[in-house]
Amino acid sequence: MVRKMICISCPLGCHLEVDCSDMNDIKVSGNTCPRGKIYGINEVTAPKRMVTSSVKVNGSDAVLVSVKTSEPVPKDKIFECLDVIKTISVDAPVKIGDVLYENICGCGSNIVATKHADKI
Amino acid sequence: MKTCDLVIIGGGPAGLAAAKAAYDCGVRDMIILEREAQLGGILNQCIHNGFGLHTFKEELTGPEYAQRYIDMVLERNIPYKLDSTVINIDKNRVVTYVNEEDGLQKVQAKAVILSCGCRERPRGAINIAGARVAGVYSAGTAQKLVNIDGFMPGKEVVILGSGDIGLIMARRMTFEGASVKAVVELMPYSSGLNRNIVQCLNDFNIPLKFSHTVVDIKGKDGRVSSVVIAQVDDKLKPIMETAEEIQCDTLLLSVGLLPENELAGYADVNLSPITGGAVVNDKMMTSVEGIFECGNVLHVHDLVDFVSEESEHAGKCAAEYIAKGCGSSEKIPVKGVNGVRYVVPQIINKDDDFEPISLKMRVGNVFKNVEVAVMLDGEKIASKKKQIVTPGEMETIVLKSDLVQKVKNGANVEVTLIGR
Repeated sequence: MVRKMICISCPLGCHLEVDCSDMNDIKVSGNTCPRGKIYGINEVTAPKRMVTSSVKVNGSDAVLVSVKTSEPVPKDKIFECLDVIKTISVDAPVKIGDVLYENICGCGSNIVATKHADKI
Repeated sequence: MKTCDLVIIGGGPAGLAAAKAAYDCGVRDMIILEREAQLGGILNQCIHNGFGLHTFKEELTGPEYAQRYIDMVLERNIPYKLDSTVINIDKNRVVTYVNEEDGLQKVQAKAVILSCGCRERPRGAINIAGARVAGVYSAGTAQKLVNIDGFMPGKEVVILGSGDIGLIMARRMTFEGASVKAVVELMPYSSGLNRNIVQCLNDFNIPLKFSHTVVDIKGKDGRVSSVVIAQVDDKLKPIMETAEEIQCDTLLLSVGLLPENELAGYADVNLSPITGGAVVNDKMMTSVEGIFECGNVLHVHDLVDFVSEESEHAGKCAAEYIAKGCGSSEKIPVKGVNGVRYVVPQIINKDDDFEPISLKMRVGNVFKNVEVAVMLDGEKIASKKKQIVTPGEMETIVLKSDLVQKVKNGANVEVTLIGR
């Protein structure tokens, strides 16, 4: 079976054809870089996505500080991760890269800050 | 009156990159004027990832990308003023700005870089009929509410326009618990990036309705209660027999961005009716000597990486202008023809440095298996083969030095599509 998809690894958006007639030897074509091949294989085996959101911050001019998952998480766990992210609140100061939550939903991915929030 | 070598208007990605580059080319007497309370511009509210692959070879979120450039400005001690709004520039480069601390100030600049970005087309610009009720937002306003202020603008959402901000907001609102009923697009194609259609709509089974538009907004108790959408014909006229009503409390508009060029207008800068930005030469200088433009105020970009690149070039050219004044006055127009809607820069200002020139362009429609080609007096001098070109994705062709050298005064330079 050949699945057609658009690679989301970068803004180029390559049109991929992923031949998964043999799941042990998945063939990807249409990609312009190695990331496309990895994306194609992941997409038919275990699709993953980066999740970005924001969490409450206390003691800063800002109300929220933006966050991301340090690694992509399984696509079917996105909403589970978001439910946890909604419960997080942090105290200023926060620096970009600060780990605000470890190993979210057992995905092996941390929630890290993507913005500074100075203390007032 | 105060004087300053370089005044940069706007402290978003364009202004920051221009400032950094100008500094690195020797400019010290400079200032960035930013109207918001922080540097970074619109990137501060673009908390999704996907920025910086080109510039930093890694995937960053908007605030992270902004911080990289903010740090470059801070490391160089480049002065900036926040909460400062420029209210006028004249053609002699006198910049008038206001803020709480300084009151009203005038600065005579040797060079000015306009890097003030773009703004969204509002409801009024597209004349949607219907009730004047609460619940109609531009997608960027909704993005600010959700990501900066921590408010949800609504629970049941229809989005008109499939530009990138609309697509990104479809996912963001879904993440925050809203139900996005549909994204409705007037054209038969999306102006957003393909990757965003996949990861923002398809991933969450949000329908994307091409060749459809909103024909009515209905309200109840002062709030949107539903919108009526209909298919459009090939002249983009709604076919009312296809009308369907979608219950919702919120309509987000992602219907295009317009360069914010009021200031350029005050300075008598020539504007392009196609891009909405200034007409510039390859040094990014506008028709008014010493006034430069870069970033989304010049033409709307898809990727901030290209904004940074273009703006660093503008910063460098402004520094050269401050040091040496204007170079040659030879002006060779660059035209987009045969499906190429525009090319920036619009003018090659022949100089002796023969620096490579990056020509950026957009097509007016979707074309498959074409060659985007730069023609010099009818001869192909550079080209790029593409499986598909769409109005939503900007193409760039770099003219290397040896080619730039070939472009003589009076030459006919055109960018065209071969094989359409």
